[in-house]
Amino acid sequence: MARPAIEDQIAIPAGGPSIQPLVLRDLCFSAGGRVLLDRINLVLAAGVRTVMLGPNGAGKSLLLRICHGLISPSSGTVEWMGPGAREARVRQAMVFQRPMLLRRSVFANVDYALAVRRLPKALRTSRAWTALEVTGLAGLAERPAGVLSGGEQQRVALARAWALNPEVLFLDEPTANLDPAATRAVEEAIAGIALGGTKIVMTTHDLGQARRLAEEIVFLHGGRLVERRPAAEFFAEPEHDAARAFLHGELLW
Amino acid sequence: MREMSQAFASAVDLVARADPELIEIVQLSLQVSVSAVSIAALIGIPAGAALAVFRFPGRRGLVVTVNAMMGLPPVVVGLCVYLLLSRSGPLGGWGILFTAPAMIVAQTILIAPIVTALSRAVIEDLWLELSEQLRSLGVGTARAVLTLIREARYRLLTAVLAGFGRAIAEVGAVLIVGGNIAHHTRVMTTAIALETSKGNLALALGLGVILIAVSLLVNALVYLTSGIARRYSGA
Repeated sequence: MARPAIEDQIAIPAGGPSIQPLVLRDLCFSAGGRVLLDRINLVLAAGVRTVMLGPNGAGKSLLLRICHGLISPSSGTVEWMGPGAREARVRQAMVFQRPMLLRRSVFANVDYALAVRRLPKALRTSRAWTALEVTGLAGLAERPAGVLSGGEQQRVALARAWALNPEVLFLDEPTANLDPAATRAVEEAIAGIALGGTKIVMTTHDLGQARRLAEEIVFLHGGRLVERRPAAEFFAEPEHDAARAFLHGELLW
Repeated sequence: MREMSQAFASAVDLVARADPELIEIVQLSLQVSVSAVSIAALIGIPAGAALAVFRFPGRRGLVVTVNAMMGLPPVVVGLCVYLLLSRSGPLGGWGILFTAPAMIVAQTILIAPIVTALSRAVIEDLWLELSEQLRSLGVGTARAVLTLIREARYRLLTAVLAGFGRAIAEVGAVLIVGGNIAHHTRVMTTAIALETSKGNLALALGLGVILIAVSLLVNALVYLTSGIARRYSGA
């Protein structure tokens, strides 16, 4: 497959008016008689990188899935309030804990996501190449996705998400299964995507990662939103006992 | 155990002589069962995928029914197809009773549930794994079904091979709707049944050896070709 020269590549359209902010009102989720998310009120606005932090079982991943629209809340509302809100479905993307790639080449994986969005083939090809170059994967484009290392696979998942040019990118513990070097490569890719103007909302239970990537912390505990503050303030002096205990590595559930 | 050594001797003899009657029988067997498994795959794989992905009332009952139908008795299927295709039956006008097409119909009915049920199981597992990712990308249900079939292609091959194994080995259905007519509807299994009833045990066993060998050969071929394809796609 011929790789188009950079100057031939069509600039990725900036998209229409913003879909943000995302507004959650009195959001609850329960399953099997257990309340997993309890009256969450949260506004996620454009700009800062938001990290949802909390121990296992705090409800981070669930909240992220509800924000992305994969799961409906039991009660309360989740609503995109920006002027472009009608387009919200196609202006967001998500990267999961496992890369979940298809059994085809790296390039074809990225191309698949663009084909679903009904982009014309020429545009798809150039955009997929750009995505692979940005994530440092252009050399692996023709390789079957299944033979890559875990870290490379997760970067393919990032490239696939980036190719969609999302205004908002959700990431659910994207480095939970990776070694430190791969984690770093993925974190760099995430930071790069954020630099391009994409809003990052990610979950992690890795404090180091939160310190490196977060500009804003949403701390969850036991299904409740306990604290939401700029990252620097949160790490310097958490307000709540639960957050303090978590920062000191005292396990809490 | 003398029959055993005689059986192998007669099998070797038949193959070595390239016995024309044997070749005819093997050809028809393969023709009927490969046709049946192709039709069953065309029906069963999409049906299994749909059953795995779509949610509708009565789905669970349908899944259980299809699973149970994997064990359909060949003679009963043969009898039902016989009744359908006989002169006085609703499809009597087709005039295909005691022909190869009738045998294909019977075997298709016999193995379509096997292909459907196994495809359903394979694709449902894959759907559980990928559904969030596909929904996140905005993939609609119809496209998801196609994607899942493609993703599961090597595992679906096993489902198809299971159907082929059942088709090539069954005797009841083809005997009833085909009639075991020499040079016309005689296949390996019906020939074995006939030779056994005539007391030609060595010949019957020899045919049995060839039947198993043919089945082994088909499976080996499929395994090899899919192995090569798999290596290239890295799946």
